[in-house]
Amino acid sequence: MWVRFVKPSLFLLCLLPLARLLWGLYSGALQPNPVEALLHGTGDWTLRLLLVTLAITPLRRLTGWRRPVLWRRMLGLFSFFYAVLHFTIWLALDRELMWGLVLEDLSKRPYIMVGFAALLILLALAVTSNAFSMRRLGANWKRLHRLAYVAALLGVLHYWWLVKADVREPLIYLGVFAVLMGLRLPLKRWDG
Amino acid sequence: MSRFRPPSIPPSQITDETVWKKRRRIMQAAGVLGAGVLLAGITEAGRGGGRKKEDDRLEPTPYRYITTYNNFYELGTGKREPAENAHYLTTRPWSIEVSGECEKPGTLDIEDLPRLFPTEERIYRFRCVEAWAMVVPWEGFPLSKLLKRFQPTSKAKYVEFRTLYDPERMPGQKRNVLPWPYVEGLRMDEAMHPLTLIATGLYGKPLPAQNGAPLRLVVPWKYGFKSIKSIVSIRFTEKQPRNTWHVLQPDEYGFYANVNPAVDHPRWSQKRERVLGSGIFADKQPTLPFNGYAEQVAGLYRGMDLRKYF
Repeated sequence: MWVRFVKPSLFLLCLLPLARLLWGLYSGALQPNPVEALLHGTGDWTLRLLLVTLAITPLRRLTGWRRPVLWRRMLGLFSFFYAVLHFTIWLALDRELMWGLVLEDLSKRPYIMVGFAALLILLALAVTSNAFSMRRLGANWKRLHRLAYVAALLGVLHYWWLVKADVREPLIYLGVFAVLMGLRLPLKRWDG
Repeated sequence: MSRFRPPSIPPSQITDETVWKKRRRIMQAAGVLGAGVLLAGITEAGRGGGRKKEDDRLEPTPYRYITTYNNFYELGTGKREPAENAHYLTTRPWSIEVSGECEKPGTLDIEDLPRLFPTEERIYRFRCVEAWAMVVPWEGFPLSKLLKRFQPTSKAKYVEFRTLYDPERMPGQKRNVLPWPYVEGLRMDEAMHPLTLIATGLYGKPLPAQNGAPLRLVVPWKYGFKSIKSIVSIRFTEKQPRNTWHVLQPDEYGFYANVNPAVDHPRWSQKRERVLGSGIFADKQPTLPFNGYAEQVAGLYRGMDLRKYF
């Protein structure tokens, strides 16, 4: 059955952006500012995978296709994986582990604050993404995991507030986010 | 096949980068010594020795990095887009209109520049407001030489520069990312300072379009956005020009934009800078006041609150 291969294939597919970045690092394609390229690359994929994850429920409601729900956790965890890479690169290579500068950024700069808040949300969702937590949290689990939408919105804001003048790309992400939100609201009422 | 190509130097005439580098070391030894003496005379605080040592360590950023990673929104907002879209920007014919508070307003043709203003090499640090830095071996001549030719009057307190506006040759202008055309300005004393350069080339070659061909401003002690590219108009004014980034975000970009590690951009620190071409584990370097040219230019701002006039 082809279906058996979908999840492992998706797994590899999700690693592809990382492989591309590593290859770029090795080949010199990320030069002359590789740290910036790594930061932007991991940031982009955090947001993209988060939006893909959030698209799965609307997709099921629109098409009745249920199977992607089985891949949702993995996709969400990959978004978190890229978020952690993004944060680590920022901390170690961009802020150079200079804690004074890190604290200054975290306390003074709104785009850093919202990015960090989004990371904390993804962390909470990642550690509760197992069957045990689902059982323990019961109905609260669903409420908690709706925060994924908040994380996505904060992620878009993080990007928006970072760019100097050309907000076209953050606007595209915001548009996708708005469509996903919009699809949820009325449909929810329809299925009672 | 007939394809328009701007007149350019035949490849055989272009100095190979390795030869150029060797030659540079010889010239630098002589040039820096001369410049050091000259500048020490201009600024009373000049301690020539310090500058010489400082400058000797400037290793130019490779040509391919200078020409493939930069900001020039007229050719696209990505760092690589200016190089990719460079072919749109044809730079012949080209003329520069000089107007405003001066005795002899007029027009300069790009073809006349080499005859009127012989160029020299200047190896300058370049610091972008985005906290990355490089070292560029410019070819150019002091802006003061050009300005004097038009005899500014006593009313000329500032100089305003404008970039070409032509969305066909500058496709980035088809979107309203910035209010076009790009405008920059300098106070008269800044414009007349011997470090202030009009660049027409780099690495001994004509300036590539993505770097602001056919001529651009270079003010090495200010953030890169002050160094306006592809200039078509120079105007002497009595009032302070309204420079583009300042108009767009007055709390983030000032008129002066002097490199200053003590005054952060509201959204990021300016204390340290990433040197282009260094590896991922290379430390950033501390940013220097006035980008390392404090000895030569700090006197221009004596008594000014640099937090207010950022």
